[in-house]
Amino acid sequence: MAAKTGSNPRASGVLTLSRSSKLAQLLIVHALLILAVMVVCFPLFFALVKATQTGGQVNSANLMPGNALWKNLEAAWTGANLSVYIRNTFVVAVGITLCKVVLSTLAAMVLVYFRIPAKGLLFAFILLTLMLPTDLLVVALFDLVNRLGWANTYPALILPFAASATGTFLLRQHFMNIPSSLLDAARIDGAGPFRFLLSVLVPLSWNTLGALTLIQFIYSWDQYLWPLIIIRDASHQVVQVGLKSLIGQAGSTDWGMVMAGTLITILPPLVVFTLLQRQFSQGFVLSESK
Amino acid sequence: MNAVFKNRWLAILLLLPTLVVLGLFLYYPALETLRLSLYRANFIFQTEAFVGLEQFRTLLGDPAYYQSLIQTVIFCGLVVGLGLAFGLGLAVLVGEPIAGAGVYRALLLYPYALSPAIAGTLWLFMFNPEVGVVNNLLCELFQAAPRWLDNPFYAFGLVVAASVWKNLGYNLAFYVAALQNVPKELLEAAALDGANPWQRFRHVTLPLLSPITFFLVFVNLAYAIFDTFSLVDILTKGGPVLGQTGVTTFLIYRVYLDGFENFQTGLAAAQAVLMLAMVGGLTALQFRLGRRVNYGG
Repeated sequence: MAAKTGSNPRASGVLTLSRSSKLAQLLIVHALLILAVMVVCFPLFFALVKATQTGGQVNSANLMPGNALWKNLEAAWTGANLSVYIRNTFVVAVGITLCKVVLSTLAAMVLVYFRIPAKGLLFAFILLTLMLPTDLLVVALFDLVNRLGWANTYPALILPFAASATGTFLLRQHFMNIPSSLLDAARIDGAGPFRFLLSVLVPLSWNTLGALTLIQFIYSWDQYLWPLIIIRDASHQVVQVGLKSLIGQAGSTDWGMVMAGTLITILPPLVVFTLLQRQFSQGFVLSESK
Repeated sequence: MNAVFKNRWLAILLLLPTLVVLGLFLYYPALETLRLSLYRANFIFQTEAFVGLEQFRTLLGDPAYYQSLIQTVIFCGLVVGLGLAFGLGLAVLVGEPIAGAGVYRALLLYPYALSPAIAGTLWLFMFNPEVGVVNNLLCELFQAAPRWLDNPFYAFGLVVAASVWKNLGYNLAFYVAALQNVPKELLEAAALDGANPWQRFRHVTLPLLSPITFFLVFVNLAYAIFDTFSLVDILTKGGPVLGQTGVTTFLIYRVYLDGFENFQTGLAAAQAVLMLAMVGGLTALQFRLGRRVNYGG
């Protein structure tokens, strides 16, 4: 762009830079970005290095990799119960994500393609829950879930989050933007609702579904307040709260083990993030800014 | 788009799971929270006594509650302001046509995949006064070892910094995508008219980014109010005390403390009701202002 405008005789001043000041500008941009990367990445780099060190090195300023990575991982995985926390979090996060994606796809399909009475009212009922964050309802939810007898179980962690107003909203917007010419074919074929869903809607919605899966998986993987309150039994606890028990009492913390534990905890969302990053930027960002 | 299917029973059947889950786990607890706020209740002893609006009077006459409110407002302002400023600044730099822009972008995006709880854990270790790397270095260089989490100002600053750091990737991702959608012709036209790079950014790019900025303000606000709970719980546990209460005891943390540490169920419900009203107010504001945001271009 700078080259294009620079070639125009009327563009003057800052734009018609000499070669040397252009080089200086390039160096400044690189320098700023390198500085930003160093600041932003330091905590993770630090965790990576410390996870490889032995007890004495971990508590020093030493930032050279050690050879205790395997020992630290093992201490966290079996010694500190991380394997149980991770398994529980997988069950919960996959359960929530699956429920949310399936239920909001079905709900959005009904809201767009079915002829039903009071459609606007039903959509408002769903959308208004965006103003009721679960974090503010934990006091009453705790009471309800206890009365249902679900304390310390997976359903307590999954079912309250099984539906999604955000997901229903995003998919509804997306369905309404699908050109009707693509839908006519299905109508002429006389496809039933499920045939229509699986062979028309889903294939046309991969980006939105991928984006939704990504944000819901990370959201569920990161759950903290609710499990902290409702789960009192370590064998059903999720990993974010489990981290707290890894840290344990201040002063006697095995930080090498804790850092190894955080690395394991980071891995699943990082993998999902990497796999679905393209869908995230295409499906979610675009529909949000519309 | 015309409705295609007419099977009413099937429609209800498909919609029902969503309606039941939202009704049972959001609407019912919301009503129950409203009811509990009028009772002095305790889950442990299973006691309930109707007290009317007394708990609201208690809260609104409590200087500690006001302090939590003010701390929350300052915290939100800093997290939203700094988060958007750094996110946009870095997005502009990463958007420059330079070698390695993709690598920079990927490295700067990753904090999005971390949870606030992990952010809290990493920062807790880095700033540990005895064995943390920050004090190890400060000790060697300046013989100084501040007690980061015991000093109210340092502790507040750390919570702000860690929260901004954790959400940077999210803001960056949205701004990078939005910057790519700014039409090049507009920038070139402005350049032809003699606008310098700063003027082009200030008068062309920034107004075109206003819808995404508007969206991010509210997403970051929700993040600062709710999602930073785990970061605070791990890093400072709401402390250290300054004046009437812990300097990082924000509103949501106070609900948790009163509800599940002090077992004042009714009082916690009353706080939740006040916060629901605030969230409602913010949402109304979002809709009102949303109509005025520049969606042109």
